[in-house]
Amino acid sequence: MAIQTREWTDQYVEDLIGILLRVGVTLAAAVVLFGGTVYLIRHGFESPQFHVFKREPSDLRTPSGIVKGALAFRARGLIQLGLLLLIATPLARVAFAVVAFALEGDRLYVVVALIVLAVLVCSLAGGRL
Amino acid sequence: MNIIEFTLLVWAAALLAGFVGSLTGLGGGIIITPVLTLALGVDIRYAIGATLVSVIATSSGAAAAYVREGFSNIRIGMFLEIATTLGAVAGALLAARISTSAISIIFGLVLLYSAYASGRQRPQRVSTCRPDPLATRLKMNSIYPTPDGPMGYCPQAVPAGFSLMFGAGILSGLLGIGSGAVKVIAMDQVMGLPFKVSTTTSNFMIGVTAAASAGVYLTRGYIDPGLAAPVMLGVVAGSLVGARVLTQVRTKWLRLVFGLVIAVMAVEMIYHGLTGRL
Repeated sequence: MAIQTREWTDQYVEDLIGILLRVGVTLAAAVVLFGGTVYLIRHGFESPQFHVFKREPSDLRTPSGIVKGALAFRARGLIQLGLLLLIATPLARVAFAVVAFALEGDRLYVVVALIVLAVLVCSLAGGRL
Repeated sequence: MNIIEFTLLVWAAALLAGFVGSLTGLGGGIIITPVLTLALGVDIRYAIGATLVSVIATSSGAAAAYVREGFSNIRIGMFLEIATTLGAVAGALLAARISTSAISIIFGLVLLYSAYASGRQRPQRVSTCRPDPLATRLKMNSIYPTPDGPMGYCPQAVPAGFSLMFGAGILSGLLGIGSGAVKVIAMDQVMGLPFKVSTTTSNFMIGVTAAASAGVYLTRGYIDPGLAAPVMLGVVAGSLVGARVLTQVRTKWLRLVFGLVIAVMAVEMIYHGLTGRL
């Protein structure tokens, strides 16, 4: 066990975080690109309405609604799923840091990272702290 | 204009913004919002929502490259992220309450300052290491690689840096930007970290900060997939190209020219906000 814990050095953790970030961003971009293509094929010849602000419908606002929309293969739902993956990437990074600090035996920073994680989760729940 | 043409136009604009943002060090996010609102007439709240996700993408991509070099300080970053994420959520909630004109004016001012700050030369300070008791308890003292071998550094004034980071978070949530400039000030000027450590740690934090506000924007319905998709894909592609070019060409003149363009955009934003035309 001693060998295993010694491997959790800061440098090793940072390398893993680098990989995690790269995979997250690439995956998110791929899903967005796919959803965007489907969106253009289906709605490309309609006219854009981004100069008027109206809030997005609820199935594009909540994580559960987005996943449902993407599974139903709706174009906007697919893009939103990609964006949700992107938002989840830093979240996964912080969650990973919690584990890494715990394995390093750094209790203070486990708490620090948990606080950051809690704020991120609250924000996805609509900013109700 | 149909959606295909509009999407391609937004994508091209985002590509250019990502490119310029990466060359000037401002980040693509702060440049694309004025382009979307001023040139393409997009509602500023949609523009900010779309920009936020592109900020997460570029920051995470760049951070992936930086962490390997051993400059960024994971503990300082994580500790200050408490302040930036709380600020970001507060800023995002504030954005829903104040008028778009006010957002536009604040945006212009911050853009103007960021353009000024990024163009300034920074003297390389030699930090003398007197460990601060609070920073030591928070295990923030560390070393970073220099041409003369590893050098130690000891952060100072943690509470002041923490407060400034809360402010950076508010700006980030309110305007959908990374607030890299304010983050660097907090770490470089206030906490006395080596410049390279400040910039890389700040970049590392931007993604987490932006994710905190993006969550609120998404659940409030301010992120439109049709707009956010071309913005995000364009900014990411543009920053990748910019990062390549940055290492190959002398960018001094390029940066000066882009700096002026950005200053003009900032003044436009303020003017439009004041005249209420956004």
